[in-house]
Order: sequence, then C-alpha cells, then structure tokens
Amino acid sequence: MNQDHAAGSARESAGKVAVRAARRRSGTGEWLYRSISAGVVLAVFLLWWLVSARQWVNPLFLPSPAAVWAAFTDIVREGYKGESLLSHIGTSMRRLFLALGLAFVTAVPLGILCGRFRWLRAVFDPFVEFYRPLPPLAYYTLLILWFGITDVSKVLLLFLGAFAPLFITAVFSVQRLSADRINGAKSLGAKGWKLYVFVIFPSILPELLTGLRTAVGVSYATLVAAEMVAAVSGVGWMVLDASKFLRSDIMYLGIIVMALIAVAIDLIIRMLIRRVSPWIEH
Amino acid sequence: MESIGHEKSANKKIERGGESGPEASAASERGIRLREIGLSYWNGKAEEEALHRIDLEIAPGEFVAVLGPSGCGKTSLLNVIAGYIRPSGGSVTINGRPHTAPDSEVGVVFQQPNLFPWLSLARNIEFGLRMKNRPKQERQARVAYFLDMMGLTSSGRRLPHQLSGGMKQRAAIARTLAAEPEIVLLDEPFSALDALTRENMQSHLREIWCQTGKCLFFITHDVDEALLLATRLIVMHPGPGRIVEDLSNPLAGSGSFEEIRSGREYAELRRWLIGRIGHHAG
Repeated sequence: MNQDHAAGSARESAGKVAVRAARRRSGTGEWLYRSISAGVVLAVFLLWWLVSARQWVNPLFLPSPAAVWAAFTDIVREGYKGESLLSHIGTSMRRLFLALGLAFVTAVPLGILCGRFRWLRAVFDPFVEFYRPLPPLAYYTLLILWFGITDVSKVLLLFLGAFAPLFITAVFSVQRLSADRINGAKSLGAKGWKLYVFVIFPSILPELLTGLRTAVGVSYATLVAAEMVAAVSGVGWMVLDASKFLRSDIMYLGIIVMALIAVAIDLIIRMLIRRVSPWIEH
Repeated sequence: MESIGHEKSANKKIERGGESGPEASAASERGIRLREIGLSYWNGKAEEEALHRIDLEIAPGEFVAVLGPSGCGKTSLLNVIAGYIRPSGGSVTINGRPHTAPDSEVGVVFQQPNLFPWLSLARNIEFGLRMKNRPKQERQARVAYFLDMMGLTSSGRRLPHQLSGGMKQRAAIARTLAAEPEIVLLDEPFSALDALTRENMQSHLREIWCQTGKCLFFITHDVDEALLLATRLIVMHPGPGRIVEDLSNPLAGSGSFEEIRSGREYAELRRWLIGRIGHHAG
C-alpha cells in the first residue's frame, strides 16, 4: 500500500515536472517571463521617481525623471550646442555603420579565403592575433596622430574593432563546412568564384551575422569611448560635454538614448539572422 | 550454391565476350574505366591500404550495385570515381578523358540529402543548370519536369527543413539528375529512410534509370535492393579493399519487384550473395 502510494506520488511529481517544462516552452511561460521583466523595470522607475521627488539624493547625482524628460524635449526642440539630437545620433551611426560595412566587405572575403587556404591564413594570422586582444583605445592615439580628430580616425578605429571578430568567424565557419557540402556543389558544376558566391558564402551567412552581432558590440562600445576621448559631435561626445557643465539630466538622457540604440541594432540583427536562416532553431 | 557459382563465372565470360566484340573499341571510350586504382593513407602508425589494384569498366547504361561489409572501401572507391580523393595509384577515365577533380559530368547522391538549406526545393534542383548559365526559360522547364517526376510539384517553393526525409532525398536525386551528369554515383542513398519510403524510392530510381539510361554506380548494404535494381552486382571485401565478385544480375528487368522477389532464383542468389559478403569474416 505504502509503496504503491509512493510510486503514485513519484509518478505524479514526474508528471508535474513535465507539465512545468511544457509550460516554460509555451506562451504562458513566456508571458510570465516578460511581465516579470516589465514589472521590475516599472518598479525601478517608480523608485527613481520617489527618490527624486522626496529629495533623498542630490539632484546632481540623480535628476528627476521629469528633468530628464524636460532635457529630452529641450534637446529635440533646440538641439545640443547648435546641432539637433538626431544629427548627433546620425553622426554616431554614420561612423558606426560605415566602419561595420567596410569591415564586412573586407573581413568576410579575406576570412573565407584564409579559411580555405592555410598559407594565406599564415600571412594574416600574426597581425590579427597581435592587435585583436588590444583595447582599441590603446591604438586610437596612434590613429589620431595620423589622421587627427576626424571621422577618418574614428571610422578606422571602429573598423579595426569590427574586423577581427568578423574575420575570425569567417575563417572558422569556412573550416567547419562539411566536405559533402563542398564536394556536392562541385559535382553540380560549381567551380571558381561561383563556389564562393553561391555555396560557401550563403553556407556561412548565419554564422557571419552572429559574428556581426559581436562586431557591433565591440565597435559600439569603442565608438562611445572614442567620441568621449576626442570628438566635437556624436552622442558619446554629448554626454561627456554635458558632464563638464554638470548637466546630469543630459548625461542620463544620453546614456538612455545610447542604450536604446544598442538594443534596437541588436534586435534588427537578430531579426535578420532569423530571416536568413529559418532552418536553424533559435 | 555450387550452381550459382557456375552461373557467375558464366556471366563473367559473357561480359568479357562483349568487351572483345567488334564495336568494343568505340564503346569502351564511353562509361567509366578504372585502371589499377590503389589508395593508401597514413593512419598515424603505418601506411594503410584502403583499395588494392582495382580494375573496373562500366559501360554506359549499366546499373551497377556495389555490395560489401563496412570498411571494404566501397565509399573510398566512389570518392575516387567522383574525384573527391586522388588515388595513390592508377587512373580514372570517364568517357575517354582522365577524371581527377569533381565536375558536373559525374553526379553524386549522398547518404544524407545534403541539400542547400537556404534554397527552396526548386532552386536546389535548378542549381546545376544555374552553374551552367542555362537560360531562365530552359531552367524553369527542367525544374518543373524533375519536380513532376519526383512528385514534388506542390513543394517546389518550400525549404528543405520543411520536408520529410523521403522528400528531401527525392529532391537530392532530382538535383543531381537536373545537372545532366553522364554518370551518377549513389552512396547508400536510401539507408536513412524508413522501409516504406525506401521501397517507393527504389521503384522511382528504377523508373528514372529506365527513362534516362544513365550509368548508375550504386553503393548499398541491402542485398534485396541490389538484386531488385541493378543489372550488375559487384562485391567488395576489406583488408585491403578489393573486388571479389563481379557478375551481371540474371534477374535484372525480369518483372515487377513482387515478381522478382517471389522467384526461386531470387532466394538462392540472395543467400549466395549474403554468404559472399559475410565470408571475409570467417
């Protein structure tokens, strides 16, 4: 009897675990997860509002949400130091995407070739491995020395930051391609550049986009830092400049804007990955 | 057993007779010709011989089934014929020309469908024609023809991951045939399919062979499959891989699968073949 009962309850709890696992995968679990996140964000926001409304903290350290919002509307209307907010964002984005585009069209073909030909990889590997672990700001000083506080030095800095992750992704994904994939394509008549354009590139595109996500992370962080070190425009510069005048409302605003842009870029790339590789489970 | 042994040597004689016939010199230009193919590789300790002095001639229109225990070198032999592996000795001649690298003259169907996951079924089938720069109209017509032949017309726009294993393997065969190869090599193409789908695919393959008259080189570990489909049976043994039996299939084209299977000769031949395949172990 007792044993029966124990076995029954064990079966029951196993069933519960299965149900719980199923729920986690299903819509209700996802909904719960999101509402917890939303609730916590709302709570922190309320706390922020409460702390500044009761003046528990010097507004210099923590301006009220209303002050940040006012700074936002003010900058949207008047701009910051003669340039509109959108143009500051545009400047930053132009630097970022120019560098990412340049890195993609150079690192990917080079990486693919290095993945196919060992001797070519032997040529490029020492240089990539030398500069890859360096913090980009370490050689930024050199770039400024050569190109001044221009967009050229910044784009080049971001380009170098994005190049390494894309290059390495391309090399390794080409090396991981199955022999059957390449052999099969050759037996269907793919040869020379056609093999690269119609088979190898589309084969590694999902991995390349994942590499691009990493590259965006690296170069975005570098961008903000670079704009803080030496620039006269851009969102990063705006935050640094505001700090010189103790305009913490603008600093908070700038940080929030930068975070939202980063999240948006990441979302777009993730959507792109799902679009181009529907056969991979995400 | 004894009687079939005699029959086998009789068949060999018939083949040799055909070779030395009046039109032999013209006919031997076409098809596959292997001369003393040897293949050895370094396994870390010693030179290992995977293939030992293989001589083989396959005429156009022949349907050759290659049987043998695992490790007998049948896949190595296929890889050599396809041009994927360079033999350590000997030569491969296809239609009178030496064949050292994969091209669209020799089509290959793999154990796994090996389709391009980013292309729809129709685009997969079209691939070989695109590599040959065929005009769009011709490509569309050929794709429609092969989709129809394989019963895939309603799935042409779908991606491979949305299809069943049988459909994918049919699409893979269609893709290989659409590239217009002279010779088709198949490496256990139905071994990953369930029994029902496999039987279906076998009759498909026989139909295709009857319609196109292509030269088929078919690796299988399924004796029934070989007896039902092939016009010629080859048995290989390992250590090192070599051909130990080479006979024409007396049952070839003698009726439907059911009729062939129900004959007394079928059972005898089947038993004898299984004995020959397993014999090396003793």
